[in-house]
Amino acid sequence: MGEYGIPDMKARVFVTLKSGILDPQGKAIEGALRSLGVSGVASVRQGKVFDIEIEGADRAGAEAALKAAAEKLLANTVIENYRVEVTG
Amino acid sequence: MQSAVLVFPGINRERDMARALRLISGRAPTMVWHADTTLPPGTDLVVIPGGFAYGDYLRCGAIAARSPIMAAVRAFAAKGGLVLAVCNGFQIACEAGLLPGVLMRNTQLRFICRDVYLRVERSDTPFTRGYNAGQVIRVPVAHGEGNYIADGETMARLEGDGRVLFRYASPDGMIDPDWNHNGAMNAIAGIINDRGNVLGMMPHPENHVEAAMGRTDGRGLFAGLVDYFKQAA
Repeated sequence: MGEYGIPDMKARVFVTLKSGILDPQGKAIEGALRSLGVSGVASVRQGKVFDIEIEGADRAGAEAALKAAAEKLLANTVIENYRVEVTG
Repeated sequence: MQSAVLVFPGINRERDMARALRLISGRAPTMVWHADTTLPPGTDLVVIPGGFAYGDYLRCGAIAARSPIMAAVRAFAAKGGLVLAVCNGFQIACEAGLLPGVLMRNTQLRFICRDVYLRVERSDTPFTRGYNAGQVIRVPVAHGEGNYIADGETMARLEGDGRVLFRYASPDGMIDPDWNHNGAMNAIAGIINDRGNVLGMMPHPENHVEAAMGRTDGRGLFAGLVDYFKQAA
């Protein structure tokens, strides 16, 4: 809850590697899943999720702010894509 | 030659760097805290040293690259000032847009702490004038994310313009996957920007400058810089 009882919004920013960028960590995870007997896994690529609470109720403003956050810091746009989801 | 060494929380190679600069240039560098907004007047060389700035949180060098001091470093570089970025410093420089590309996790996924052989690709830069073109030097590396990656267009420009200054090589200077411990593209260990005033390199020349360290191969980089500034003065 923010000030005056206005609920904050929840948002998620997903950051993933661009296709074509080698992901040795993803490959290692793939191998480990196979070793654990998890069948049918064709490939694994590892990404990140940021759970962010935004004050107030301005949805469009929140999306814009999070896009800026992703461009400026959360994603390295040389090698990563991002997606912003504002819920609530 | 007056140098400034940047210090971010988590940096740990700044004192090795300061020692090398003091021994070879005869002047102790100014240590500049990341939260400062100006570089000391009369700075000739800015050094971004190695370590684990901000614990490598988010991405290596990502948070440090957005520190207050970096605006001054960018302005300094834009005016042609020389910047030497080593290891975590190289990562910071890429994140700060001073150099293209990115350093990613070593392909074999292990932290590498060992001496490597580097081939010096050209000697006609302020950073490498202390070496001969094609010379092989031995310097230590200590990194988990030294795998240099850039897109096809950037790689073509880097190679075409001769902006790769150091490559991982065999002891006799051959480029060979067996001697590229982190899997970096084109065995790239160090590059300069298009203007030639910013060098980023993963290995640590500052740790091979005294006989007590076993080798002095790194000395040529610093001695060459001192010489460059003497000539320019």
